[in-house]
Amino acid sequence: MSAVRKRSLLLDGIGQIGACGLFGLQILAAIPRSLRYFRESVRQVWFVGAMSLTIIMTCGLFVGMVLGLQLYYVLSIFGGTAALGTVVSLSLYRELGPVVTALLFAGRAGTSMTAEIGLMRATDQIDAMEMMAVDPLAYVVAPRFIAGVIAMPILACVFNALGILGAHLVGVSWLGLDNGTFWSNMTSSVDVWKDVVNGVWKSVAFGAVVTLIATYQGYSTAPTSEGVAYATTRTVVFSSIVTLALDFVMTAFLM
Amino acid sequence: MSANPTPPSPASSSDAPLIRIRGLRTVLSGKTIFDGVDLDIPRGKITAIMGPSGTGKTTLMRHITGQRAPDAGEVLVDGRDIGRIGREELYALREKIGYLFQNSALLTDYSVFENVAFPLRQHLKLPEELVRNIVLTKLQAVGLRGAAELMPSELSGGMVRRVALARAIVRDPMLIIYDEPFVGLDPIALNQILRLIRTLNATLGITSILVAHELAAVRRVADQIHLIAAGKIAAHGTPDELARGETPWTRQFFSGESDGPVPFHYPAPDYAAQLGLAPAGGDAARLAPAPAVPARDESAAARPGEPRA
Repeated sequence: MSAVRKRSLLLDGIGQIGACGLFGLQILAAIPRSLRYFRESVRQVWFVGAMSLTIIMTCGLFVGMVLGLQLYYVLSIFGGTAALGTVVSLSLYRELGPVVTALLFAGRAGTSMTAEIGLMRATDQIDAMEMMAVDPLAYVVAPRFIAGVIAMPILACVFNALGILGAHLVGVSWLGLDNGTFWSNMTSSVDVWKDVVNGVWKSVAFGAVVTLIATYQGYSTAPTSEGVAYATTRTVVFSSIVTLALDFVMTAFLM
Repeated sequence: MSANPTPPSPASSSDAPLIRIRGLRTVLSGKTIFDGVDLDIPRGKITAIMGPSGTGKTTLMRHITGQRAPDAGEVLVDGRDIGRIGREELYALREKIGYLFQNSALLTDYSVFENVAFPLRQHLKLPEELVRNIVLTKLQAVGLRGAAELMPSELSGGMVRRVALARAIVRDPMLIIYDEPFVGLDPIALNQILRLIRTLNATLGITSILVAHELAAVRRVADQIHLIAAGKIAAHGTPDELARGETPWTRQFFSGESDGPVPFHYPAPDYAAQLGLAPAGGDAARLAPAPAVPARDESAAARPGEPRA
């Protein structure tokens, strides 16, 4: 790849980040105007939140079961299986819950937002709203953004709960760890503010970022079928990268 | 028929044109679409904008509705420069404009009824019974009252356009822009839509702009026609005046000839050379792209009815 091409790609990338940031500011400015479309926000919370529950619960359960199995094996080497509940819950609350939920959310709800808004753009529905003096940022984008920010932490909590249940199933019901030990060690070592609430803050941030990327990609998509397909792919790729990068930054600050 | 811009109407706002465009210049992707267009749309009349495909008719509508700001010049709608007004004022103006999109642009998640009711629900706090009555009245006007509960995906192309038309007129706007309203309509529906456009104009005094290619249909309803070509208003006048074909532009457009000032073919290399039927290397000029719009000869440029500068 030539130096000119590399520089062009770099500038294009910086431009995209800048445009996405400006779009985020426009969404924030549109939120007060979107309050009159409260029912639309509720509908979106249902769509991106409640409709994502199946995948979140299923994945949470299996992630917890895998964690329980792996950690039980590792801890048994050192005779520390009693700490299984503690280790599983801290892993989930602090990292796995918010991050995996955000990745699943990007795949399930983010792609659907991008495709829906992209198709609205391609079929002139966004322009039609503009022409009917209805602000598409307030009517279409802001309710989805609000829904993402509300739904993500709730989904992460559900993911955590199912993850712990999965670890309990494996550790206690299957491998014979004492039930009281599992729960008492967990409750005594997990700090609500430091572990649980920090995880919730992460989820809120991930919800904002993933939804921003998804709506931006849909809103700015080329009005063709190929354009919508590319935008949907970019939503998953960019959301995943930004989620993991932001997780590192937030972890560094919240530790 | 006149080739000069309609003189600016003085004094009273009711006599002044609803839309006044002066010196409009538009450049899209490096290509000049409009170069100093002057145009007046009178109040209460049906004005047709015609011209070959790709001459910027829809772009002109986007200027009029404030979806695109001009690169130079001004577009005054009801006395306000739409390129310079703020968002609130622009939206207030758009509430008075009905727009029929070229591809209808119905909201695909909403039923026919909800699509037509959408502008009412968004801007007016009307009782549900009244909303229902208004929507059914408009759907009756386009012959689709029975399809109120259907989804857009269940309609034919012509029916979708009629629903979009019902949505455009649901608030009885001061200005209705019909972008290709006759596409996909069968002769019966076409006849009814023509009558509807004429009735709206006559009974409510609505100003209408019609972007269309169907000459026969346009001649039945339009009060005046502006013919756009080569980035300018090539001619304007009543349908009968333009149909006489007194300029090369009107003659070619109204008779549908492929030869004339408007090229049928998109600029391309020499046909024979591209097919390998003639030597390509020896004559570079034959492979050079043709100009987008052929230069007019001097005699043609001197005729009346030519594009305004």
